[in-house]
Amino acid sequence: MENAETSSLAGLRARGSAIDPGAVTVVLLLLGAAIFLLIGCLKSTNFAQYTIQGLALGSVYGSLALALVLVYRATHVINFAQGELAMFTTYIAYDLGLHGLSYWEAFAATLAIAFVIGTLLQVTVIRPVQHRSVIAVVIVTVGLFILIDGVVNWIWGGDFKSMKPPFGNGSFEIGGVTILHLYVGMMAVVLASVVLVWALFRFTKLGLGMRAAALRPAAAALVGVRVDSMLAIGWGLAALLGAVAGLMAEPSQIFLSPTFMQPILVYAFAAAVLGGLESPAGALVGGLLIGVTLTLIVGYVPKIGAELQVPFVFGVILLILLVKPTGLFGRREVRRV
Amino acid sequence: MTRQIPALASLLAVAAALSVLPFILSDYNIYLAAQVGIFFIAVLGLNILTGYTGQISIGHGAFMAIGGYTTAVLSRDHGTNLIVTMLIAFAICFVVGLLVGLPALRLSGVYLALVTFALAVSVPYLPLQYSTFLGGSVGVSVQPSQVPSNLWVYTAAWACSAILFVLAWVILRGRVGRAFRAVRDSEIAAVASGVELPVYKTLAFGISAAYAGVAGSLLVLANGSAQGSEFDILLSLQILIGAAVAGLGSLWGILVGAAFVGLLPHISASVPVIGKIANRHIDVVFGAAVILIMLLLPEGFAGLLTRIRRLAARA
Amino acid sequence: MTALLELEDVEARYGPVHVLHGISLAVEEGSIVAVLGPNGAGKTTTLRAVSGTVRRSGSIRFAGRSLGRRGPDGVARLGIAHVPEGRGTFSELTVSENLRLGAYTRRGSIQPELERVFTYFPWLSERRRQQAGTLSGGEQQMLALARAFVHRPRLLLLDEPSLGLAPVLVAELFRIVRELNEDEGLTVLIVEQNAHLALQAADAGYVLEAGRVVLSGSSAELRSDDSVRRSYLGY
Repeated sequence: MENAETSSLAGLRARGSAIDPGAVTVVLLLLGAAIFLLIGCLKSTNFAQYTIQGLALGSVYGSLALALVLVYRATHVINFAQGELAMFTTYIAYDLGLHGLSYWEAFAATLAIAFVIGTLLQVTVIRPVQHRSVIAVVIVTVGLFILIDGVVNWIWGGDFKSMKPPFGNGSFEIGGVTILHLYVGMMAVVLASVVLVWALFRFTKLGLGMRAAALRPAAAALVGVRVDSMLAIGWGLAALLGAVAGLMAEPSQIFLSPTFMQPILVYAFAAAVLGGLESPAGALVGGLLIGVTLTLIVGYVPKIGAELQVPFVFGVILLILLVKPTGLFGRREVRRV
Repeated sequence: MTRQIPALASLLAVAAALSVLPFILSDYNIYLAAQVGIFFIAVLGLNILTGYTGQISIGHGAFMAIGGYTTAVLSRDHGTNLIVTMLIAFAICFVVGLLVGLPALRLSGVYLALVTFALAVSVPYLPLQYSTFLGGSVGVSVQPSQVPSNLWVYTAAWACSAILFVLAWVILRGRVGRAFRAVRDSEIAAVASGVELPVYKTLAFGISAAYAGVAGSLLVLANGSAQGSEFDILLSLQILIGAAVAGLGSLWGILVGAAFVGLLPHISASVPVIGKIANRHIDVVFGAAVILIMLLLPEGFAGLLTRIRRLAARA
Repeated sequence: MTALLELEDVEARYGPVHVLHGISLAVEEGSIVAVLGPNGAGKTTTLRAVSGTVRRSGSIRFAGRSLGRRGPDGVARLGIAHVPEGRGTFSELTVSENLRLGAYTRRGSIQPELERVFTYFPWLSERRRQQAGTLSGGEQQMLALARAFVHRPRLLLLDEPSLGLAPVLVAELFRIVRELNEDEGLTVLIVEQNAHLALQAADAGYVLEAGRVVLSGSSAELRSDDSVRRSYLGY
């Protein structure tokens, strides 16, 4: 095939490695933001504390955003119930704790249960409506939202509960900055989960099958991939990541209540949208950005109290979707009329 | 609504029933019947938007909030005539709807759902932030001298329902309605045939929001005050569920949908089977119901009626 | 002796549109069989019927067993590799990942297969980390063929492999197909609009028109048939 080294091939190769100016801008902006944060941290202990808190919360938002992206990439569905599902699994962990399991035993069991619930939901409720209109699927996930909310209220009631703190209440001191063990723990757990899921996709046959099923279901079926099963597993993994998000978000909520994931879902939407809904890396980075931005704003701009966080993020979502709907990391989509 | 022009008989039957009901129902039940009327208006509005132009909104509770707070604040601060506050709410929400409809033009399907969802979750936080004007968690009360009786709310709700229903029928019958349906069925085809998409899509949003605004006003009047927690995401979802149950294009469908979301949360625990669950765990019933409807009867009650009519025609 | 693949009275439709009206054909093990005919005759649909990508009825037996209602993934697991029109390669994945997907249904190491593949397509070995979408059309077609080979199928379904390829590449592709058939014993059912090439490579052929088989026979017979010569061979 030596004679296939035609100029057209060389041209294609060049195109494949051409540098995308949009991506460069994004990387530069992120770099700028990182430098800004670094300088701020060095100059002010408050700033540093806000930043670390923001990163910790942001990792949770990123984890839920990752779940949303996973589901969207696999099935082109936005799961409006992702947050409530995460909340539900957190309550399950709470319940397991009441039955004597240690925090981490409950954690592991909850992740497994979340996976199973996720796959079951895809098979029973999503699969039948997947091929119908967007509206139908939206309504089904909205129905799930309400159903799960109702079930949690039924089983555990709406009053505040408390869970054992997974990382205790201690903190480090580095250069005058107090860093809660909790924040470090949150970031570490989210990072570990994300890395494991990434490794699954990148290195295993199952992961390859899942990627193929998400990219081109028809072609994937031809090589023997059971596409439907891959989609179900995708939902299972998303539920698992959501469970991680819920469990890691809970300690900073002080109390466990059925509505605690609702604002976080909005933040996760924003993060996912920042990443263009299809980019996992974008969703994670987006989550961190949102987390840090929110804590800094609430900390430094007194007019924007804690109450305005959700409306603020709503504004962010609107802005992104109007200005750059493919997000920071997304690819250009065919524009509809 | 134009494919099945409501038989005059249907309309008269409903009107007759509505006029008789206040005489036979207890005051509490009149309150409930008013709730159905309120949801009738909101569901009708959403039907126009989603059913006819295909734009998904999970945020109509926000418009209800705007309408409701408008009425409450005007009453509290100026003692304005209640009907006038409703008209103002209608106008304000129409404008806000147009304003929301503009950026909505650039958002398709799922993205619009996402944005309206975020909007709906945001709204209850605003009264908490601006607590002097919007009453914080306590809310804004209607002036005590103006608080209407349940009968008043019932009459107002159903009178508005009738007016707005006829208004919708007139709109959807004519050029505007045809344009709406063209947009829903195929945006590309609509543009190709000369329909100015932006105008009609935005207009639909405005109208739909205005309807929700009136519903919100009535809700506040029924409760005597506007409270942020009343207008949470679950309210928006309730309206969506009502529209899903209703299906498209049927008066009876909207009545059934409105009754479903308006009555069920208040159902007495003594009603067999459904009663105990619905009374305490209404969300489980709503969630399960809407999922089942999407799986089994995706066209809602209107679809059921169509199927029955077809079966009857064959027999 | 039963043929490796037997179709009997197979009908297929896309929604309400019936495309195949009773196709019967047989492919002997170790042979290359061509399916010819004009556009819209149902050639691609025939392959899709075998791989279960389209709704079909009638009897399809592979190695004596009925395919039943198996979908594409089930058919792939039985040892049938379908290289569809448009190649079915994953442009977003690397060459190496595409090849690995070929072996999705197989257990154990696929190193021997990969090495075999690289003897037929030596240039693929250097491109392993390259995104499949950055390959030229001809290279992607070769990749699709390579991936099908990694599958180690008993039957290869090839749909319009020459479409959009330069003549040099087409000749190369057919050469490799014949090599795979002779050296590896791969049975091939090939749909091809280039009747001349197809009949050169094939042992037997079927001519389809409007969803029915109108002519069949060995490739020599078909080449000397008048109607075939006029309609498809141009002389």
